[in-house]
Amino acid sequence: MYQGIIIAGFGGQGVVSMGILLAYAGMVDGKYVTFFPAYGAEMRGGTANCSVIISTDEIAAPVVGQPDSVVVMNEPSFSKFEPMLKPGGRLFINSSLVSSRSKRDDIEVIEIPVNKIAEEIGTLKIANMVMAGALIKHTGAIASEAVVKSLPKVYKRAKPEILKLNEVAVKRGAEY
Amino acid sequence: MAEKTLMKGNEALAEGAVRAGCRFFAGYPITPQNEVPEYMSWRLPQEGGFFIQAESEVAAINMLFGAASTGIRVMTSSSSPGISLKQEGISYCAGADLPIFYANVVRGGPGLGNIAPAQSDYFQATRGGGHGDYRVFVMAPNSVSEMANFPKRCYDVAFKYRVPSMILADGILGQMMEPVEFDFEPVDPSSFPEPDWAIGGDASGRERRVVKSYDLRPGRLEEWNKERAKRFERIEAEEVDWDGEGLDDCELLITSYGSCSRISKSAVKMAREDGLPVGLLRPITLYPFPKKAYQDLAKRVKNILVVEMSLGQFIEDVQLSVLGKVPIHFHGRPAGGIPTAEEIYDIVRKIMGK
Amino acid sequence: MKIVFEKTNGLTEVPMRYCPGCGHGVAHRLVAEVMEELGVTKRTVAVVPVGCSVFMDEYVNCDGIQGAHGRGPAIATGIKRSKPETVVISYQGDGDLASIGMAETIHSASRSENITIIFINNAIYGMTGGQMAPTTILGMRTTTSPAGRRAEINGFPIPMCELLSSLEGASYLARAALDKPAHIIRAKKYIKKAFETQIKGKGFSMVELLSPCPTDWGMTPKDAVERIRQEMIPRYPLGVFRDWEAEEKAKKEEKAAV
Repeated sequence: MYQGIIIAGFGGQGVVSMGILLAYAGMVDGKYVTFFPAYGAEMRGGTANCSVIISTDEIAAPVVGQPDSVVVMNEPSFSKFEPMLKPGGRLFINSSLVSSRSKRDDIEVIEIPVNKIAEEIGTLKIANMVMAGALIKHTGAIASEAVVKSLPKVYKRAKPEILKLNEVAVKRGAEY
Repeated sequence: MAEKTLMKGNEALAEGAVRAGCRFFAGYPITPQNEVPEYMSWRLPQEGGFFIQAESEVAAINMLFGAASTGIRVMTSSSSPGISLKQEGISYCAGADLPIFYANVVRGGPGLGNIAPAQSDYFQATRGGGHGDYRVFVMAPNSVSEMANFPKRCYDVAFKYRVPSMILADGILGQMMEPVEFDFEPVDPSSFPEPDWAIGGDASGRERRVVKSYDLRPGRLEEWNKERAKRFERIEAEEVDWDGEGLDDCELLITSYGSCSRISKSAVKMAREDGLPVGLLRPITLYPFPKKAYQDLAKRVKNILVVEMSLGQFIEDVQLSVLGKVPIHFHGRPAGGIPTAEEIYDIVRKIMGK
Repeated sequence: MKIVFEKTNGLTEVPMRYCPGCGHGVAHRLVAEVMEELGVTKRTVAVVPVGCSVFMDEYVNCDGIQGAHGRGPAIATGIKRSKPETVVISYQGDGDLASIGMAETIHSASRSENITIIFINNAIYGMTGGQMAPTTILGMRTTTSPAGRRAEINGFPIPMCELLSSLEGASYLARAALDKPAHIIRAKKYIKKAFETQIKGKGFSMVELLSPCPTDWGMTPKDAVERIRQEMIPRYPLGVFRDWEAEEKAKKEEKAAV
């Protein structure tokens, strides 16, 4: 199994923290992982993206050229990353914010209103966790228990009730 | 060993240095190495060490010169333009035989360039970098774990031979996160005996000592430089390190260092899946350069492909090693261009006529 | 026989090779005497500059380190922070301290780095052959201002004590001259106070010494000390510019008055 994932969105949508969580959970799950953020001036413009690789084999190239999965949390990310997706890959769309629809017929598209679901659970802040749940479900890259186990490790300063909400969000996303 | 932790390359580098006994860090902000001074600013005080944000890279390296003269393990880090500024002090450290350790998290150049990963400071790193006849012990990690584990080796070599040592990384290695496993137990620097050249502190009971790089007496500086060159000869004989794969039967040898070697490794894997005899040689030390490994392979392989993230610097050491015995091909991407495994493999196929 | 004068053991036996009438020899001796009198020779490191006084490490009887032009305060910082029990002095000329090393000077003062700077101001680059320095006074001829320094071309001389005195971190700043015994005795008092400032952990101290350079000034030693009196002291007035002890005392009195 090899999954090269690109996650993109606005700064503040938890794009980087979602990437770190997935990498951490992959490690907990016994996989090889790498995480690479877009950094510096690139991240000052209000958009953020990062790449994560999860693999059962040792990871050679640590950069994702052609992603197996792309997560687009906002509209600008759609136009930038949708064309990069590998044929047969998966496109995860935050349908609460992204109105564009892919015209490609060689990919699988998963649309999830993560903002709406997150607000239903209690806070918009966990929209990224809903998306994380959907991603691990569809790709099968990481066991969902590993993600739940990793939450308190990655969000060391989070209060227990917030961690609980994150856990619920991951589970709701996995139902999608 | 302890359980794996997920760390950013820059943080792993800083933690690795602390565990290897670093107790003094002077730095200055520059992307993409900012996590190193940030990490040191809270981590060093925990170990009774000292962190200072200097007024410039020039001041930082000279603070290092002073701190190193007291015999302790010191570190600075920067990225390309900042390392250029530090060359003055690095040359002084080399000239005064002070062991120091620093890291260059390379970005695109020349000039301000950009902040993307690059390998265009190879010449500067492997030829000394500053003025005068000297070299620096240079290690090129290709993973976050190696970022964490190489500082120890750098300190050991720097103190054994009294030379500067460095890690040549890049924006990928600095910014990426990977699981880290330390391959050594934390070192307690207070257990080290004070070097017999260290100055400062209580000097009663010993002769006074002077740390300096100058000698104006006729012929004396020449002798001193020759003595230092002998130490570099020993380094070349004893400290070379490299690894590789598919070397036993390869007809085409790809060679890359640092993060680029990981990408080349993917290309080797693609070639092997198609049954093509392709191998990878990856220098771990850039100075000393693994000349003999190349010379041995030059007797057997039909072609060599050098892949680096610059317009051709590392390739010169490969050329100097094989001395025209094998055709050398080149693929270089400068200033933030990162080659993909696919594009490398395309070149491999062209060379092999497949 | 009663010994009335002895060479300080703060100096080595190496004969100094400075020009006749040069101020460095006097300045070295004052530093050495202070080290001996305070009993800190065996725990002092002298950071030695680039320039004529590059040989200072041969003359003073303490540990030494010779570094890059202008970087003395940074080097001193590294030593002091690594081994705080060390008394660290940085001996610097005017080009070193006020030109190429201005940033290191200002920032070490603003950090109140617990070091002592001995600043030799002879208004000229000595070893390189008499070029204009940042402290060269207006009208003074040098090899790079052959018609005399002119403000409209070369700018104005920099008074370092005055410049640094506005910084909170500058704990002790004083300027003396090496032109006559009374001034030299005063200079030694200032140097001693600067050492004590550091030993008591009070922070940054600097003593500026107006010093003759007969060779590069193209003068006899006698005329050179005359120039200090006639031209330099009017531009660089002598005295104490910052004194932590007086300031602490004034603060206390102010509090008591309230």
